[in-house]
Amino acid sequence: MRNFDSLIVWFISLLFISCFSSAFAFEKESEKIFRADNQREELRILSNTDLEYMEPIIKAFQQQNSSVSVLYTVASSRELYRAINNESADYDVVISSAMDLQMKLVNDGLAQQHDSDEVDKLPQWSRWGNSLFAFTQEPAVLLASRGGFGNLAMPQNRKELIELLRDNPEQFYGKVGTYDIRESGAGYLFATQDSRQSDAFWRLSEVIGSLSPRLYCCSSAMIKALRSGEILLAYNVVGSYASAVLDENEDGTIVSLTDYQIFMLRTALMPKTSRQPGLGGLFIDFLIDAGNRDLIDQQDGLPPINGDMFKKHQHYRPIALGPGLLVFLDKIKRKRFIEAWTEALLQP
Amino acid sequence: MDRGRFSSNSLGRRLLLQLLLVAAVLSALLYLAVRSVANQAAIAAHDNILGASATAIAEQLSASEGEVLIDIPYSAFSMLGAISEDRVFYRIDSDRTTITGYEDLPLPREVNARTAPQYYSSRFRDSDIRAVALERLITVDNLPVSVIIAVAQTRRGQDAITARVANTAAALGIGFFLVAGFMSWLATRSTVRPLHDVAGAIGRRGAHDLRDLKSPIPSELAPLVNSLNGFIARLRDALHRNETFMAEAAHHVRTPLATVRTQAEIALRQAETDESRKTLRSVIRAVDESSRSATQLLDHAMISYRSDQLARESFNYSELTADVIRGLIATAELKDLHIVSDIDTDLQYNGDKVLIECALHNMVDNAIKYSSDESRVDIRLNPVGGKIQFQVCDKGRGLGGSVQRDLTVRFKRGLNVSDVVGSGLGLTTVELVAQVHNGKFELVSRSGGGTCATLTL
Repeated sequence: MRNFDSLIVWFISLLFISCFSSAFAFEKESEKIFRADNQREELRILSNTDLEYMEPIIKAFQQQNSSVSVLYTVASSRELYRAINNESADYDVVISSAMDLQMKLVNDGLAQQHDSDEVDKLPQWSRWGNSLFAFTQEPAVLLASRGGFGNLAMPQNRKELIELLRDNPEQFYGKVGTYDIRESGAGYLFATQDSRQSDAFWRLSEVIGSLSPRLYCCSSAMIKALRSGEILLAYNVVGSYASAVLDENEDGTIVSLTDYQIFMLRTALMPKTSRQPGLGGLFIDFLIDAGNRDLIDQQDGLPPINGDMFKKHQHYRPIALGPGLLVFLDKIKRKRFIEAWTEALLQP
Repeated sequence: MDRGRFSSNSLGRRLLLQLLLVAAVLSALLYLAVRSVANQAAIAAHDNILGASATAIAEQLSASEGEVLIDIPYSAFSMLGAISEDRVFYRIDSDRTTITGYEDLPLPREVNARTAPQYYSSRFRDSDIRAVALERLITVDNLPVSVIIAVAQTRRGQDAITARVANTAAALGIGFFLVAGFMSWLATRSTVRPLHDVAGAIGRRGAHDLRDLKSPIPSELAPLVNSLNGFIARLRDALHRNETFMAEAAHHVRTPLATVRTQAEIALRQAETDESRKTLRSVIRAVDESSRSATQLLDHAMISYRSDQLARESFNYSELTADVIRGLIATAELKDLHIVSDIDTDLQYNGDKVLIECALHNMVDNAIKYSSDESRVDIRLNPVGGKIQFQVCDKGRGLGGSVQRDLTVRFKRGLNVSDVVGSGLGLTTVELVAQVHNGKFELVSRSGGGTCATLTL
């Protein structure tokens, strides 16, 4: 009798979950369908890249594959990870700038293998096995408002930046913005990789923390805040977004720090749950095809894969794809990092 | 001979098969050995890196405020990414509770890794994994707490190495087999060659060559060749005795025959009746025939004997020919034959002069004997393509349909010569002389009657 009761409870809860599962589903930011005239297939893409950057790529892809409609869903990198990891959401391609979370999906066996000529042509550093493929390399940069600086010199490296902030607290108090790494996957990736590069990261965090910084969910929000004059400095902004938005003669400017500059690789993978691996593979091949790099560069403002750049500029540091990325996703490591970061950034 | 070499009883084939079998076994052993050694090396190398990764994590363990502190270093995992693009799993247990990592990652059944890393293979999330477990004791609040660190990696990279090694090992094995096979073939050939050499040496010999085999032979073949030589010697003795016997017999017959002929001639002269004269003539004729046969038998025996041991010397062929013709000119004049000779002067030849003289004599004698009265015999001697050709042509009765092969057999005569005295040994002798000098003897009917005999030496 007890067994029967528990079975009923189990059934009811199952019913409940299936009815209201949408309530638990991951949070989408936006969604758009690019319908093909003679639609035969629908490619489902889940991405944390803003639609405006991907739209030219999708349209170019549809020019070559006129029977493919494309559903493009935008979600934050952590929601996107949750969608694939916890909910097995039905998507054919997953694009994200959070390399660590992408790596984790691959490592946990949630990505499919994809073999093609295009994959073979991809340089080794820009892919992991036959599962994770990078198609852009985007720097984390410092954004500054020229007007807000007055007659202060632009900092050239982190040491100068720390000195600048330490010496002019009244000018920058409440006027510095950065990622809230507790929310943003890309922000967490930038911060953790930053911490690996130099001790300056923690000193800089302490200084920023003393200036009551503003924390943002994403690069676009930081750029917006800078343009509106809400902040004078934004640290670790995705450079490609900034350069796409900011005009030459605008007040906001990108400062390239010369001690080191982290490059994040935007990667794509095919989830294991994809029901049309052929179609997903077609899109990934399109993304990584060397012939399409100019298209990505000029129309999207996303800098395509270019290994020569790292050879030319010694201070450009691409984040390596590999199991090392899993270290900061360890729950204890993450908890301790966020604790340390909170302690530094959110000073009472 | 070739068929014999590959028949089931062929020594060469048996030897080759056995050598190939040995080579195949060695190749297989080589393949397995290379594979297993290389795989062990690959596993050991992989294990070492897994061990280093786990040790790197263990080094960072500490205790603070009543709990174990874990700080996984970045290098612990990035070093695993450096060797292969394999998935990495880990698990850290403190006091038998998983505190971070993959809770369901299998541990060894009995963890015994306090002193040394414990390596093990298992399956996790549908993949084969290679894992290491490491145990450390951390003192928390004065009590030792056991911390177990397990780091695992899928084995795709290792499988790829294994496959590559297997290919290399297979190529090595096949290469070894091919080289060994080729060398086996060479060895077999050189081992069997003396046998073929002996067989060839015997096969190449002339019909009358009964010398001992003297070519160098391997010691294993010595008994065979010795007994073969013994056999040849017995054969030679038997033949020799035979020829000697015939020569003796011919000699013994000839002398009384001469006496009988002389007596018969005297009796013929004194005979009074035609009847008795006719009888005596046929007696003389029979005696002549017998005497001639005896002479040729002697010649033949002499030639047979000499052909075994040719006495080669350089002599003037032209003079020899002239001498032979001069010796027979009287006989020719008896039949009113006209002998036309066309002899190149000063032709030198290196051979057995006695034998050649005998051959020439037989040929010219034959021509005279079978020519019709008052006809003409042409004799020519001239060089033809590095050899010397001696040709006698008559206007006689020809070969009468017989074939040369038949006429050069001992005691065999043409079908149309029963009225002429002859033994059937003459042409046999010429043929033999041609053979021992590696020359050629040809007998052709002339158009318009007559025969041409050609001896090319």
